[in-house]
Amino acid sequence: MAVKELLDRYTRMEKLPHIWCPGCGHGIILGSVLRAIQRQNLEPDKTTIVSGIGCSSRAPGYMKFDTLHTTHGRALAFATGVKLARPELNVIVLSGDGDCAAIGGNHLIHAARRNINLTTVVFNNSIYGMTSGQYSPLTPHKRFATTAPYGNVDHPFDLCQLVIAAGATYVARGTAYHTQMLIDLIAKGIERKGFSFIEVVTQCPTYYGRKNKLGSAIDMLNWQKEHGVPVKAAAKLPPEKMEGKFVIGELHCTQRPEYVEEYQRIIDRMERE
Amino acid sequence: MAQKVAITGNEAVALAMKQINPDVVAAYPITPQTEIVQIFSTYVNNGLIDTEFVTVESEHSAMSATVGAASAGARAMTATSANGLALMWEIVYIAASNRLPIVMPVVNRALSGPINIHCDHSDAMGARDSGWIQLWSENTQEAYDNMIQAVRLAENPNVQLPVMVCMDGFIISHAMENAEVLPDEVVREFIGDYTPQKTLLDKENPVTAGPLAFTDSYFEFKRAQAEAMIQAKPYVLEVAREYAKVSGREYGLFETYKLEDAEVGIVVLGSTAGTAKNVVDKLRGQGFKAGLLKPRVFRPFPAEELATALGHLKALAVMDRADSFNAFSGPLFAEITAAMYDSGAQTKIVNYIYGLGGRDVGLGDIEKVYGHLARIAESGKVDQRLNYLGVRE
Repeated sequence: MAVKELLDRYTRMEKLPHIWCPGCGHGIILGSVLRAIQRQNLEPDKTTIVSGIGCSSRAPGYMKFDTLHTTHGRALAFATGVKLARPELNVIVLSGDGDCAAIGGNHLIHAARRNINLTTVVFNNSIYGMTSGQYSPLTPHKRFATTAPYGNVDHPFDLCQLVIAAGATYVARGTAYHTQMLIDLIAKGIERKGFSFIEVVTQCPTYYGRKNKLGSAIDMLNWQKEHGVPVKAAAKLPPEKMEGKFVIGELHCTQRPEYVEEYQRIIDRMERE
Repeated sequence: MAQKVAITGNEAVALAMKQINPDVVAAYPITPQTEIVQIFSTYVNNGLIDTEFVTVESEHSAMSATVGAASAGARAMTATSANGLALMWEIVYIAASNRLPIVMPVVNRALSGPINIHCDHSDAMGARDSGWIQLWSENTQEAYDNMIQAVRLAENPNVQLPVMVCMDGFIISHAMENAEVLPDEVVREFIGDYTPQKTLLDKENPVTAGPLAFTDSYFEFKRAQAEAMIQAKPYVLEVAREYAKVSGREYGLFETYKLEDAEVGIVVLGSTAGTAKNVVDKLRGQGFKAGLLKPRVFRPFPAEELATALGHLKALAVMDRADSFNAFSGPLFAEITAAMYDSGAQTKIVNYIYGLGGRDVGLGDIEKVYGHLARIAESGKVDQRLNYLGVRE
């Protein structure tokens, strides 16, 4: 589908251009989410997009669907309510690293534990961008932020491993650079029944990039290209070759009973009895 | 020597915090407050002060960490706005009921929804029954002065209550004005050292903070808390008198402007009072007896003093930058009319809800309110009690 067609069909054109900074990767992720929706042929009337607060959570403002812009960190809690009330809807949650891993971390692990049929895309730019560059739970160790002038003393979550451990049934990691792969990963996340989680490593040249002298947005995209190692390649590399790099692609795909269906089973059983 | 500087509200509050040099500050970013803790963190970073600066993962945790630090006997602070204050809610009440002298700047911002980052008073007004003292500021100077006085007030052994220092988001927080700041040593001497009455770190006299209090004792705790707020009023004035000695600036429970001989007046909080003073001057120039009252201390609520100051007016408009959605009035109106009823005043009173979500309030808007009051004064009748100013309907 040509870009214009995609935009006409799925975006609120009157809201464009977007307000993200020049070089921000969020537009690329938004484009990838829309292409994945288009590939899965989701009906806009049967699709709901839910977000929290932060740069990432601006995305639903541009999307021509029923969208729900909620409170900081709580997108998954709202989305859980939407899905339980209207199981027939495709519910996609767009969140950021601060939104999803810090203030909303509790909701994330419990959504994964329940294996509720939601697709969550986390825009991981390693920083709180909207409030001007505080470190988040995904800011790497020793990296700089306005609240980490001597380097981050904390170590980041591996968010994908966290949700795998918590019970998510589809987990993947992509980057803003590897857009074709990213579209595939999000599309499969939508297709899969259960809690699907896609972490997207993206660039914030304005705060994270500047604080850490990572160069331009292009330099940061090149960094993603050079440091994101596909799953198969990573499996063949000795650990020392993976030092400082990260695995991209499908990390986990399994099956477990899905929460809304399990819930419905109880309702059906009680109605019979 | 005091120094005149061009400074924004956020910068002034951060500077006051630097001069106070609290033991612990816990922070989470939220617009338009973020700058305060951001600027403050650079002071910590540069070694200018020795505060423990704790970055947390939500405002609920920010207030929790502050309560923990204060319980351990520290001089502890945090800062917030709107949704951040709302997320703190549970612990905001606990800070007051545990009688912890925490000082917290609240950069007033509209509470969702729809989500909005601009000024109104719905955040702090929502917290009006949480048991915190509330000091309101008209401009950068007052925000700075309130911060310093708040520490003395909160820590007074007869008060022992947390204090919110409220200032209008963006209008004060992000606008640059001239303000006079005190030398560090003057502030340090004014606030003095903090000696908590009880701390969790006192091994010889162990205490428990926050235990269960059921039907047999909860009510007594709350009654004591209510009494603390009742008793706080004279200390607000005592601290203000002491502060006038070091700063030359006088503060009371509220400020009146050309009110004594006025026939009509308005009550308005925060930055809009500055706008309204200009309108009063203009109307006075036309021979119209307009006046103004700007509350500074909303908690404790100075009911008798307000009723005495306003009771001679023929007509009064109470302006609320927050709606109570109670199908009756905004919060300030409800309390002021209650105070006036008690005093037996015959003043006709109307309510204006204005400026929600940062809607600008200009001179012309305030003039309209005075115009309405002139009609009420002449007819002796209130045609419409609840009015909305500057909204499309």
